[in-house]
Amino acid sequence: MDRSDVDTDQIIPKQFLKRIERTGFGQYLFFDWRFDEDGSERPEFELNTKAGRRGTVLVARRNFGCGSSREHAAWALADYGFRVLIAPSFADIFYNNCFKNGVLPITLEEHEIEQLFDRCERHADYQVTADLEACRVTDQHGLSLEFEVDSSRHHCLLHGLDDIDMTLEHEHKIAAYEAR
Amino acid sequence: MSPAARSARTLFEKIWAAHLVHHEEGRQTILYIDRHLVHEVTSPQAFEGLRLAGRRVRRPDLTTATCDHNVPTTDRQLPIADPIARQQVDTLRRNCQEFDIQFFDLNDPRQGIVHVIGPELGLTQPGMTIVCGDSHTSTHGAFGALAFGIGTSEVEHVLATQTLLQQRPKTLELRVDGQLGPGVTAKDVVLYLIGRLTTSGGAGFVVEYTGDVIRRLTMEQRMTVCNMTIEAGARAGMIGPDQTTYDYLRGRPFAPKDFDAAVARWEQLPTDPEARYDRSRVFSGADVVPQVTWGTNPSQVVSVNESVPDPDGLSDEADRKTAVRALEYMGLVPGTPMCDIEVDRVFIGSCTNSRIEDLRAAAAVVRGYRRLDRVNAMVVPGSGLVKQQAESEGIDRVFRDAGFEWRDAGCSMCLGMNPDQLAPHERCASTSNRNFEGRQGRRGRTHLVSPAMAAAAAIDGHFVDIRQWNYR
Repeated sequence: MDRSDVDTDQIIPKQFLKRIERTGFGQYLFFDWRFDEDGSERPEFELNTKAGRRGTVLVARRNFGCGSSREHAAWALADYGFRVLIAPSFADIFYNNCFKNGVLPITLEEHEIEQLFDRCERHADYQVTADLEACRVTDQHGLSLEFEVDSSRHHCLLHGLDDIDMTLEHEHKIAAYEAR
Repeated sequence: MSPAARSARTLFEKIWAAHLVHHEEGRQTILYIDRHLVHEVTSPQAFEGLRLAGRRVRRPDLTTATCDHNVPTTDRQLPIADPIARQQVDTLRRNCQEFDIQFFDLNDPRQGIVHVIGPELGLTQPGMTIVCGDSHTSTHGAFGALAFGIGTSEVEHVLATQTLLQQRPKTLELRVDGQLGPGVTAKDVVLYLIGRLTTSGGAGFVVEYTGDVIRRLTMEQRMTVCNMTIEAGARAGMIGPDQTTYDYLRGRPFAPKDFDAAVARWEQLPTDPEARYDRSRVFSGADVVPQVTWGTNPSQVVSVNESVPDPDGLSDEADRKTAVRALEYMGLVPGTPMCDIEVDRVFIGSCTNSRIEDLRAAAAVVRGYRRLDRVNAMVVPGSGLVKQQAESEGIDRVFRDAGFEWRDAGCSMCLGMNPDQLAPHERCASTSNRNFEGRQGRRGRTHLVSPAMAAAAAIDGHFVDIRQWNYR
C-alpha cells in the first residue's frame, strides 16, 4: 500500500465501531477505500487486487496507523487475515494494539521499504515472509532484512502470553504500591 | 555536571518515577494508573474480557465512565434512535452497574465529552497518571498530569490491574517564547506546531510545552494545546502546573479535600531549572497567525492569509504524493487564497474546542450577525455543565439568534459516529482535531480552525482572517 499517514479512520471507518465484540471487523477493513457508495469494489484499490485479497503481509509507508486509539483497527486487520505489517514507522498506540492481537508490526528503514515496493512491482507472485524467531524479513529472490522487536513484546507474541496474567505475577507489588 | 544538574528532573521524569510499580531491564515497566476514564465505544470488549476471565475491576473508585462518542445531540428525552449506538450505551450502563463504577449517564448534567468532564469535575489533577481508551486523553496533560490514550486490551489491563505495561518515552520540549498577536488563539498555536513537527514528529516522545506564550494561556487554552499533541504523533503533552492550574481546580467537586496540602505537593512537580530534555525546539509566538488546514491530516496547514500550497514545491516524494491525494480529496486547486474557500457547514465543538471560553469566543464573533443562509452552523457544548453555564450567560441566545443550532453535549460531528455528519463533498469549518478523509462523514471535507474563525466562516460563508473582524 503505497501511502503514508494511513490513519485509523481509513483502516476501520467509524460507522463500524459500534459493535460490542472483537470479531467480525475484517469485512469493513479500509471500507471507504475498498468500496464505492453503491457497494461495488473499487478495482484500483490495493486490497481488491489478486495479491491484496489473500494477503497476510501489508507493506506501507511511514506513520501507519496514526489517529485514534481504536483497537478496532488492529482487530480489522487481524480478522481480514493480516499477520504482519511492514512500514518505516507506526503510530504509537496502534503499534501497541497490534501486539495485543497477534499482529506483528515490523519497522524497516525507508530504503528497505523502497526495495520491497520495487521488488513487488518487478516480480509476479511476489512473496515476503517474516520470521519472528529469527527477526528477519525474506523473499523468494534472496532478500533478507533484519528487524528489531523489544524483548518483552517478542517473548509475549512468540509464546502467545497474556499481558494481564504476566502483570498479576507482580500483584504483591501493586498492593504494596497502593499501601504506600 | 553540577550535583544540582545531576539530580534535576523534568515534570515527566518525576511523574514516571513516582508511578513505577515494577521494572526489569529489557522488560516493559509496570506503571500505576491514578485515574481511568471510560466511554462506550472502546470499553465493551474490555469488560467482556474481564467477565470471560472471571476478573473484577481492581479499583472502581479510580474509574469514571460517561457516554460521549455516539450519543445524539438532540431529543435527549427519546431513546437513542440508532439501535447499535443504543446497545453500546446500554452495555456501558450495565457494565458500570455490574462492576460498581461511577457513570455519568445521558440525563445527568455532568455527562459530556470525557476530556471535558474530567477537568471540570476536578478528576484531573497535577502529578497523576491518567488513561482512557481515546487518543485525545493527552488533553489532561494541561494540568501537569501524564495522560495518554490506550487501546481496548490496555483498557482491560487497567481495569484488572490498575496498571499498564509501558515503554519509557523520551522527552521533547516545545517552547513558545514571546507573545501571541491579537486574534491568535491556542488552537492556532497547536496547529502551527503540528505543521512544523509533521504528523509523526513527536513519535516516541512525551511533549512538555514551555515558554511565555504557554504560561499565559488559561487552563482551557492549555487543554486545547495538549489535546492535539497526539496529532503530531506524541502520545502525551504536558504543561507544568502553576497558579493558573491551582486556581482552576480549587472548589471543583472531585478536587482534594485538603486542597492547600495538595498544592504544596503539586508545587514540587514542575521541571527543575537545570533539567534536560532529550530534545528541545523553540518557536516564537509572534510568528503564529490564525491557521487553517487545507489537507487530510492536521499537519497540512497554512496561515489564513496564505494560499493552498503547490505539492510540486515539496521536496519529499512521499509528502508530495500525500499532498496531491489530499488536494484531490479536498477538491482544492493550488494557489487558491484560503480566504476564497467557501464553506457549507460550521461545527463548533469537540474535546479540542467545546469549553465555555471557546463558546464565548465564538459568540463574540457572532453577536449582531446572522449566518449566511446557505451555511449550516452547529454548536455542541462539551458537557451538560458547559451548556448550563453558556445558557446562564445568554450565549445560546446569541447563537440561536444568528441561526446556529444549539445542541446537547457529545463528540458529535468531530467524528460523525452519531447522526451529526457531513454529506459527500460538503465543506466544513470545524473546531475539532482531525481532518482525515471521511472523518466527519464519507467524502466530507474538513478544515480545522479556531472557534472564532469557524464562527466567522458561518457569517461570511468563507474563511476570513479573524484579525480583521468587525466585532459588534
